[in-house]
Amino acid sequence: MMQMLEGSHAVAEAVKMSRPQVVSAYPITPQTHIVEALAEMVANCELDAEYITVENELSALSACVGASAAGSRTYSATTSQGLALMFEVCFNAAGMRLPIIMSIANRAMGAPLSIWNDMQDSISLRDAGWLQFYAEDNQEATDLHYLAYKVAEDHSVQLPAFVCFDGFILSHTYEPVDMLTQEDVDRYLPKFTPYERLDAADPISFGMYATPEYYLEFRYEMDAALKHARDVIHKAGKEFGTMFGRDYSALVEGYRLDDAETAIVAMGSICGTVKDAIDEMRADGKKVGLLKIRVFRPFPSEEITKMLSHVQHVAVLDKNISLGAKGATGLEVRDALYGTKIPVRNFVLGLGGRDVRKKNIREIVALTETGQGDLFYGLRREVL
Amino acid sequence: MALAVGCRARPGKARDNKTGSWRVFKPSFDDDKCSKCGTCRTLCPEGCITEDEAGNFVPDYAFCKGCGLCAVECPKDAITMKQEEK
Repeated sequence: MMQMLEGSHAVAEAVKMSRPQVVSAYPITPQTHIVEALAEMVANCELDAEYITVENELSALSACVGASAAGSRTYSATTSQGLALMFEVCFNAAGMRLPIIMSIANRAMGAPLSIWNDMQDSISLRDAGWLQFYAEDNQEATDLHYLAYKVAEDHSVQLPAFVCFDGFILSHTYEPVDMLTQEDVDRYLPKFTPYERLDAADPISFGMYATPEYYLEFRYEMDAALKHARDVIHKAGKEFGTMFGRDYSALVEGYRLDDAETAIVAMGSICGTVKDAIDEMRADGKKVGLLKIRVFRPFPSEEITKMLSHVQHVAVLDKNISLGAKGATGLEVRDALYGTKIPVRNFVLGLGGRDVRKKNIREIVALTETGQGDLFYGLRREVL
Repeated sequence: MALAVGCRARPGKARDNKTGSWRVFKPSFDDDKCSKCGTCRTLCPEGCITEDEAGNFVPDYAFCKGCGLCAVECPKDAITMKQEEK
């Protein structure tokens, strides 16, 4: 049913209908509305879950690790410095193969302090072994939570997942969202059946010591499981499409890309702006298209190689910067296109909440087509 | 043997890690000097020294890391550390 909802509240509603048994989170802007809503749902007995209040994010995710190992469907949410404080636990959750789902309301990293949007937080955790989904709008932000639980809990994956959506731009924006009913969600998302769990009657430890003879192999198996998640996403996304009409089987999505000469590659809410800019440029006769990355981990290299094989120019938009190198998506798209002659230009933009408008996208296309790029787009040289 | 998912393990699994391979200096026990006080067994951080039927103290070299604590604390200097050739 179509409802007018704030992004955070739509996500909280989707989480509620996913029936987590344990929720543990610490409030931080711009994630706060999600966890406030969930706390209220638990207090009002609308959500039958244990809500563990904690002193910080490190404890929040640690509580989730314990709960997940004990066999509970588990949820958390955070952003920015909160996610940074979870760094150590993120690696442990993935290494112990615990299917925790965590919403990330993407926000810039301090210092300098910024509460506004970019994707530096979750991108900086790209090596932690979590699946990473990125939503373009609040419809995707809600739907991807059901998909994330389904994929993460699959016994052939058993890895945690971030569902990322842009802080403020999505989290605090009211949009019409087609919400599933509880019956719909129950049909799609079965009860969590852990592969193994903590049980005092039959003791077991998680994430034990691995000697140098075994550690490399454990990492290999995590990598293999994350890559295999591709197939599981494909299946679970297709099933979602069949049941509810929105198909998430692909890790990437093309927009007016088939005959495009210049392709823009982007993630998250910026894709909406890019699509509008593309429509305008198309009206002027310019053949521009978009490749939207919805799943950043596992990275959809094969899809990118295939879908960009015909283009002459590629502009990758990154709301993050691997300082001392380039934007993370730019680096990985370039890697996917290695061996082709297609030039890939990287644009680091929109950091710390700077707006990106249609006219900026048009300018980026013009720069790319004249061989310019690999720069901080919109840099205000007058203040340097 | 297939790896356990998430490196999960039943109790006692740590015994699979033969930490004796870390050792550089190997303790050698002189039973004639030994007064059977048991200090070495009490202090061994690895818990790998046991008393045999004759009342002598014997380290399990599969787990002894060669830390040398027993040799330093032995009141009779009955334990000596010798560099191991590997």
